This record gives sequence, C-alpha cells and structure tokens, in this order.
Amino acid sequence: MSFKATAREISGVTVVDLSGRITLGEGSAMLREMVRDFIGKGQKKIVLNLADVNYIDSSGIGELVSGFTTVKNHGGELKLLNLTKKVHDLLQITKLYTVFDVHNDEGSALKSFRA
Amino acid sequence: MTQQSKRIEVTLESIFDSVDLAEDITVRVAEAAGFGDEDRHRIGMSVREGMINAVQYGNRQDRGKKIFLTVELEPARIIIRILDQGNGFDLADIPDPLAEENLLKSSGRGILLMRSFMDEFDVVRGQTGGAEVVMVKRLPAAG
Repeated sequence: MSFKATAREISGVTVVDLSGRITLGEGSAMLREMVRDFIGKGQKKIVLNLADVNYIDSSGIGELVSGFTTVKNHGGELKLLNLTKKVHDLLQITKLYTVFDVHNDEGSALKSFRA
Repeated sequence: MTQQSKRIEVTLESIFDSVDLAEDITVRVAEAAGFGDEDRHRIGMSVREGMINAVQYGNRQDRGKKIFLTVELEPARIIIRILDQGNGFDLADIPDPLAEENLLKSSGRGILLMRSFMDEFDVVRGQTGGAEVVMVKRLPAAG
C-alpha cells in the first residue's frame, strides 16, 4: 500500500492522517517535504496520526526524527498518535518511544500542546 | 533420510529499487519455509535494512557494482547473506544509535534493527573485500 497523507486543521493544530508504508524512497521523502511545507506556512503544532501506517523502516524512523527536531527547532511541537504495534515496537527498540510525545486518542493529543 | 538445504542466489543492481525486490523475494521464501506473519515481517525488515546499507554505504549507488543476495533454507533455519562490492567495514566502528548523542540522528539504525529482529547477525569481509551481512532466523519449534 503506497504512502498517503491527508492534513486537517483542528483548533490551530495540524493533524496529518498517514497511511501505507513510510520507507526509503516515496514515503520518507513525502513526509520530509510535508513537514517542511507546514513549517513554511507557519503550522508548528503537528500531530502525525499513524493508525494506518502498517510498515516503517529505518529511513521512515529517520524522517520522523528529522521532522521532530525540525519542528522543535522552529519553536513548534510534533507529536505521534495511534501507533500500530509494529511502529510502537520499532520506537521501543530504537529508544525513541520516550523521545516522542505519543498519544492513543486525538483529543488528548490536541489538548497536550502548549498554548 | 537426509534433509538438504535449498538455496537461492540473486544478483541485484545497486539501486534502491533492489531493496523492495530483495525484501519481497526473501519474505516469499520465508513464507514457503513456514515462518509466521511476525517472523516474516522481521525477516523482511532485516533484509530491507541490509540492502539499504549495501546500496547506500557499501556500493554507494555505483551502478557498476552489484549486490549478491543469498537465501538458504535449512530444515530449522533460514540464513540470509547480503554481499556488496564496497570496501567493507568493521562493526565496532559503527556509532551506537542508542547512545544519548546519537538518539536524534536521522540515520544509523539499520544494524540495530537487524540485530534485534534476527536470531544471529554478523558482518564479515567478503572474498573480494566487500561487506557481507550474515543473518539467521530459526524456525519456531513445532508443537
């Protein structure tokens, strides 16, 4: 299943529904471009909804990390929502689970942003 | 009755499209061998990571260099070898992606994932000097 991303705005937060594979090539590159676009438009409160992401490789993880640091360096926050077991396990193995702010429901993710 | 091993050898181009192909081939062999969903995912991911390293760091995407994938099925395990035609490397020289100073780097996690997903993992020097990743996954015991 190829990578897809759909963004929606809720209360000043950009929620991005991702699906498919975030892997070297298409998925990773699109994720990178998307985060840069958001920053360029001043959208610095970002939630990546990974509920439909069934596969991510080390390149995809690298792009999540890059996105996190890029948004942070611009004074914003990037959070993760609805990790599948596979993605959750990968973030545990790579010790990134405690780096990201991870949420299991959209409401709590939206409320968690600094005012 | 002796049980023989079965072997597939594939020569791949040093392009990123080869990563998907290698993963697909290996997962299909793993399925035929009787590995379950979870193990097939781990095997596929490990091949993917080994291939990315071979394309990107071993052969540096040099179209003049090849990658040699070998998948060997023994009765109780699958052995995967990925050999590039680069200069080889020493595992000890690879930065630890779990070290505090490396945690937020955008790359460097491939070997960690291969070690985590496979039962055995090693990198040896190939006969012509490249790096050969050797990975083993054991079939779960029956019953």
